[in-house]
Amino acid sequence: MGNYLFTQPFFKKNGKAVAIYFLVAIVFWFVFLVIIPQLYMLDLSFRSNVPPLARGGPQDYYTMEHYQHFVFGSKTSLDAFNFVDLGVFGRTILVSIMVTIANLLFCYPIAFYIAKIANPSTARLLIVSLIIPFWINELLRSFALRILFANEGVINNFLTGIGIIDQSILFITYDIGLYTGLVYAYILLMMFPLYNAIESLDINQIEAAKDLGSSSLRTHWRIVIPHAKPGIVSGCTMVFMLTVGALATPVVLSSPNTLWFPQLIYQWFNMNDNWSRGSAYSIILLIISVIFVLAMMRIFKVKIGEIIK
Amino acid sequence: MSADVELNNVSVTFGSFYAAKSVNVKINGGEFFSFLGPSGCGKTTLLRAISGFQDPSEGSVLIDNKDMSGIGPNKRPTSLIFQNLALFPLMSVSENIAFSLEVRGVSKGDRQKRADELLELIALEGQGEKKVHQLSGGQKQRVAIARALAVEPKVLLLDEPLSALDLKLRQRMRTELREIQKRVNITFIYITHDQGEALTMSDRIAVMNEGEIEQIGPCDEVYNNPLTPFVATFVGENNPLFGKVKETNQNKIKIETPDGDFVSTMNENKKLNIGDEAIAFVRPESLFIPRDGDSFDNLIDVDIESFEFEGNIKNFYATLKSGTKIKFSIPNAIDTSSISAGTKLQLGFESTKSSILPKAQLAID
Repeated sequence: MGNYLFTQPFFKKNGKAVAIYFLVAIVFWFVFLVIIPQLYMLDLSFRSNVPPLARGGPQDYYTMEHYQHFVFGSKTSLDAFNFVDLGVFGRTILVSIMVTIANLLFCYPIAFYIAKIANPSTARLLIVSLIIPFWINELLRSFALRILFANEGVINNFLTGIGIIDQSILFITYDIGLYTGLVYAYILLMMFPLYNAIESLDINQIEAAKDLGSSSLRTHWRIVIPHAKPGIVSGCTMVFMLTVGALATPVVLSSPNTLWFPQLIYQWFNMNDNWSRGSAYSIILLIISVIFVLAMMRIFKVKIGEIIK
Repeated sequence: MSADVELNNVSVTFGSFYAAKSVNVKINGGEFFSFLGPSGCGKTTLLRAISGFQDPSEGSVLIDNKDMSGIGPNKRPTSLIFQNLALFPLMSVSENIAFSLEVRGVSKGDRQKRADELLELIALEGQGEKKVHQLSGGQKQRVAIARALAVEPKVLLLDEPLSALDLKLRQRMRTELREIQKRVNITFIYITHDQGEALTMSDRIAVMNEGEIEQIGPCDEVYNNPLTPFVATFVGENNPLFGKVKETNQNKIKIETPDGDFVSTMNENKKLNIGDEAIAFVRPESLFIPRDGDSFDNLIDVDIESFEFEGNIKNFYATLKSGTKIKFSIPNAIDTSSISAGTKLQLGFESTKSSILPKAQLAID
């Protein structure tokens, strides 16, 4: 068996030691970090919620109750549907889509500027300025934004100080702080795929379009954006997935009376000690993310291979 | 519809570097005009100044007697064919060709009609639905030409568009470009470092060196009567013979070199006085082995070193008395089997086939 394995081209090409190292690393990643946790969570989401000691006992059975709870609410509830959780879920998805679009609109001009207009030293400076804030932990960045947006925060104090407004704007209450924080949190994941895609466009393509009479707007629409499509899809999927699953930013920046879907999941796991229900909610989130990726690929007519590039 | 293009004292600077320096040229409507020069001589900069991608630092560009300053490339009556063609890879061939019409709001039906007409012009009928990458190199070339012509420009600008093609195709495209130019009858301005391309296609050429135009004229004039040593050695091949002016009169000039005295017919522009340092140029094909009864204005003794067979001609490399090396070519039709390394010969050339110019930089240095 061993002899047979070691005569395979993969082993011959890379050498025994390197080949074994590669195999172990890849198998570990795929089996232990991807397959097992997901399968375990999928399994857990269909099981009744019992304490670890009761696992495998008579109270441990397969059930749809956690998914039913998400849709219809608790059995004692008078409402026909679980309006609270469904509402949080719907709002999370809707806001995440808006955040993704806002991110794209915000990043496209910057990415284009860095990739095609700025001279190399300015481009480097801008890229570094984009990266440096992300050396700080996400949680701390959220707190920084909270300080900026608080009722007695930097922005309100400044605006009242120069007399533009006489009453504080309720940035946190109206979730303006949250939206800003979410847009900012994953901006690099939009910026770099976009930048890479635009950067690889031959400048002559842009000049040729211009020479043929195209306005700047049309050149973007017909030449730059179609070329950057894989980068756009890649950036949008990453930003959407991370936004829809964000926890730290909503915890710090959302108004007291709004919840973000991952906060619900967090509550099931940590506060209500119901891992099964938390798993079910996580699976729902996963399914939505997959649907979003497939929809993006369909809308923009790109293949998965192009996105990953 | 063609248009005149006039460059008035055009300079383009990048920092303290002059990419183009006080360029003055008037290109006539309907003319096939080439800028010829080595890479980095500023020819592409001039083309970008004409197309509007580069503003001149000084001077002005006039198209159809209209000053183009402040008018962008998308508003000029010019079309540019890029060195790498810059076809749009995500569009079909027809969409590429009709792009300029699309941006002008021409209806889809009319666009298709015009694209089909142009496809016929470039002999690619029925291939409009193909993607660009499905075409061969020569076909891409022709699509780029059709795309540029779709706007009906008054001036077509070509930036070394043949450089990516292989030799045979390049030669065929030369003829084809010339034919297309005759058919559409607009001004073509062509940029190249390949003197063969410039000479075969152009009505007139401008030879450029270090941002300046060294000579403008019809191809045969530039080839036969170069005005500077740079032009003499950049356009075609030339043997330089260094010396000092010995005699001048109204129509002849004589130079004294370590390998003998040579005379050349005088033309205007050459301000040489007795005693000035000068170079006599004679082309490889203008050197002959005298046969009985032949008489030449100039004779020169050579020592054959080596030769090479090129097909239609045979090239000989020889040394002169002073050690200067020269090259001469004999048509293959003439029997040269008796000449080999070590043979001593006397060669002759006519004074009308030689130029004597003030000493200056050569292109082959």
